[in-house]
Amino acid sequence: MKDNLDSLTIGDHSFESRLFVGTGKFASGTSLAKTLDACGTQLVTVAMKRANLKQSDSILPHIDPSKYKLLPNTSGVRNAKEAVWVAQMAREALETNWLKLEIHPDPKYLMPDPIETLNATIELSKLGFTILPYCHADPVLCKQLEDAGAAAVMPLGSPIGSNQGLQSREFLKIIIEQARVPVVIDAGIGAPSHACEALELGADAILVNTALATANHPESMGHAFRNAVSAGREAFLSGLGSVTNLASPTSPLTGFLAEN
Amino acid sequence: MKAPFSDYLTSFDWYNLTSRILTTSSREIETALAREGKGGIDDLIALLSPLASQHYLEDMAAISNRLTQQRFGKAIRLFAPMYLSNECNNVCDYCGFSMHNKIARKTLTDIEILKEAGILKQRGFEHVLLVTGESSRKVGVDYLCHALDLLRPHFSNLSIEVQPLAQNDYEELINHGLHAVMVYQETYNQQSYQKHHIKGKKTLFEWRLNTPDRLGNAGVNKIGLGCLFGLTADWRTDALFAGMHLDYLEKRYWKTSYSMAFPRIRPYEGENIVAADLSDKDLVQLYCGFRIFNHELELTLSTRESPTLRENLLPLGVTTMSAGSKTNPGGYASQDDSLKQFEISDERTPEQISSMLKSKGYDPVWKDWDLAYDRSVISHLDNTWTDQSMHTETVLN
Repeated sequence: MKDNLDSLTIGDHSFESRLFVGTGKFASGTSLAKTLDACGTQLVTVAMKRANLKQSDSILPHIDPSKYKLLPNTSGVRNAKEAVWVAQMAREALETNWLKLEIHPDPKYLMPDPIETLNATIELSKLGFTILPYCHADPVLCKQLEDAGAAAVMPLGSPIGSNQGLQSREFLKIIIEQARVPVVIDAGIGAPSHACEALELGADAILVNTALATANHPESMGHAFRNAVSAGREAFLSGLGSVTNLASPTSPLTGFLAEN
Repeated sequence: MKAPFSDYLTSFDWYNLTSRILTTSSREIETALAREGKGGIDDLIALLSPLASQHYLEDMAAISNRLTQQRFGKAIRLFAPMYLSNECNNVCDYCGFSMHNKIARKTLTDIEILKEAGILKQRGFEHVLLVTGESSRKVGVDYLCHALDLLRPHFSNLSIEVQPLAQNDYEELINHGLHAVMVYQETYNQQSYQKHHIKGKKTLFEWRLNTPDRLGNAGVNKIGLGCLFGLTADWRTDALFAGMHLDYLEKRYWKTSYSMAFPRIRPYEGENIVAADLSDKDLVQLYCGFRIFNHELELTLSTRESPTLRENLLPLGVTTMSAGSKTNPGGYASQDDSLKQFEISDERTPEQISSMLKSKGYDPVWKDWDLAYDRSVISHLDNTWTDQSMHTETVLN
C-alpha cells in the first residue's frame, strides 16, 4: 500500500488504494472475494438491481465491510427521477450516503445520459449524498457536475465492457487538468496497461469490472491491476519526461554560455 | 407514430433473401466473422447460411462465447413462467391451448396466483413471466393489471407473454409494474402464418407483427422476439427476418432492451405439423449467429430442450434460462395434469439447475432488476419512499 502522504480523499473518506472494483459479471461470490483481496481495493461498487436485500445473494455476503467501502450504483435507471428513487433506497438499505450515479437510457451501449446525470446530481446533492457520477469524457459536463456538488467525476475511457482502453484519452487529459475534484476513470479499462496509463495521465483512480471478472484467472488479474495502478501512480509522481520527436542534447540553446 | 414494421417488411422479398442465405460464399462468412457481425444484416445472412453451419460453426462458437462473456459476464439469469390461464379463442394447429382442443380450461383466482407465487418465491425466483392463452374477454387487461398488483410486492421483475394488446393497454400495464413483454411472431412468412393460424384474432398477421412497435411507443423496458422454428420450411429466412425486426426496433426504440428465443416445435396433444425439423446443430447456429450479429442481445433458453443440450448451449450465447418450469395453470401448486402448452424436456429443479450452473463456472443470478426502478412504484408512492419489495410477506402459511 502507498504511504498515507499519497492517499486519495473523496468526500469524507481517504483511500490508500487507487483501484476501485465493480462486482458484476463474476462467476461466483468466492471468485469475487478472492479477486477483491488480490486487487487490494478499498472501494467496491454494487448494482442495486443485483442486490438482494431480502435473501442471501451472490454479491453482498462476499464483500467484507471491514475491508471494503460499499458504493451502490444505479445501473439500470434511465432518468434522474428513477436514479433519485434508487439512491434513497440504497441509502436506507445499505446505510451509506455514497452513490455511484449511473444513468444510461441506452441499454445497448450503456452510454451515460449527460442531462439526466446532471439533474440527478443537483437533486442528490441537496439530499446530502456523496455522489460519484459516471459520465462521458466531456470536460464541460465534468465541470458542471463539480459545480453541482459531485464529490468526484467518473468519465469513461471507452464503452462499458468493451475493454478498449482510454479511447477518450485527449478529453480525459483536459478533464484531469481542469478538475477540482478527484477524477476516477471508469469503463472500458481492459488491461493493466490501460490502468497504468490512466494513472500516469494524472487520474486519481480507476474503476475496473469486466477485465477482472471475465479474465481466465481473475485473482491473478487482480494482482496485475494492483501493480499497474501502483506503477502508474508512482510514474506520475516521479514526473514523466516530455514526449518529443527530436533528439535532445543537454543544453541545445544555452550551452554556449558555459563555453564563454 | 412512425410507420410500423409491417410497412418496412414489404420492402423485402422472402425468396430473394432465402436465395442469398443459401448461396452465401466462404468469403462472406469469413468477413462476417472477422468484423464480428458489425456488418449488420449482410453478416447475419452469412452467419445463418448452410455453409456457415458446415464449415464455420466452431469458429462461430468461440467468438460467441467470448462476446457473451465480455458483455454479460459469467452469469446466467434465471426466471420461471407462471401460467395464469389456458383459455384461448384462437385455433392454431401447433398449440396445446388451441380452442378446438378438448382440455380442461382454467384461469387462476387470486388465491391460486398467490399460491403459485409462494412456491416460486421459496425456490428463489425473483423474475417471473406471466403466461396466458389469448382470450381477451376472460383474461383481459383488467385481469392482467390485477395479477401484476398481486405479484408486484413479491417479485423484482414481472413480464408477460399474452395476446397482443393496444398501446394504451401496455401503458396501463407498465403503470402496474410490467417490465417486459414476450411476443413471438411465430413465423414471418405470411403464407405459412395464415396456414397455421386458422381462427381467432391471432389470424391477424399485421396486428401481431406490429405489436413490438406498440410496445416501443408505450415505453416498455424490454421486448422479447422470436419465431417458433419448424412452422415454416425456410427456417433460416425466418431467423433472418427476426434479426431484421430486431435491427429495425433497436434503431427506433433505442431505450428498450431486447431478447430473443429460439423455441422449436415440440410434441403436444394433436397432429404433428413440423415443416422443418431443426437439429441441435441448427440451434447452435442460431445462438452463435445471433450473438455475433448482436453483442448485447439477451438470448433465452427454455426447458423445452433436453438437459444435455441446455448444458452444451450455455457457453454459446445463452444469458437467461428458465428452470423447473410448469406450463399449465396452477402447475406448481397442484398435481393437476391439465394439458400443458408444451412438453418439458428438462425437468430438473431450480436447485439442481443452480448447482449445475455453479459446477460449470457460472453464477446463477436470481435477481437482476428491482421494483425501485419501475415507473409504477415511483408514481404510486408518496415523496417519502417505501420500498414495497422490502415488505415481503410469506404468501403461504
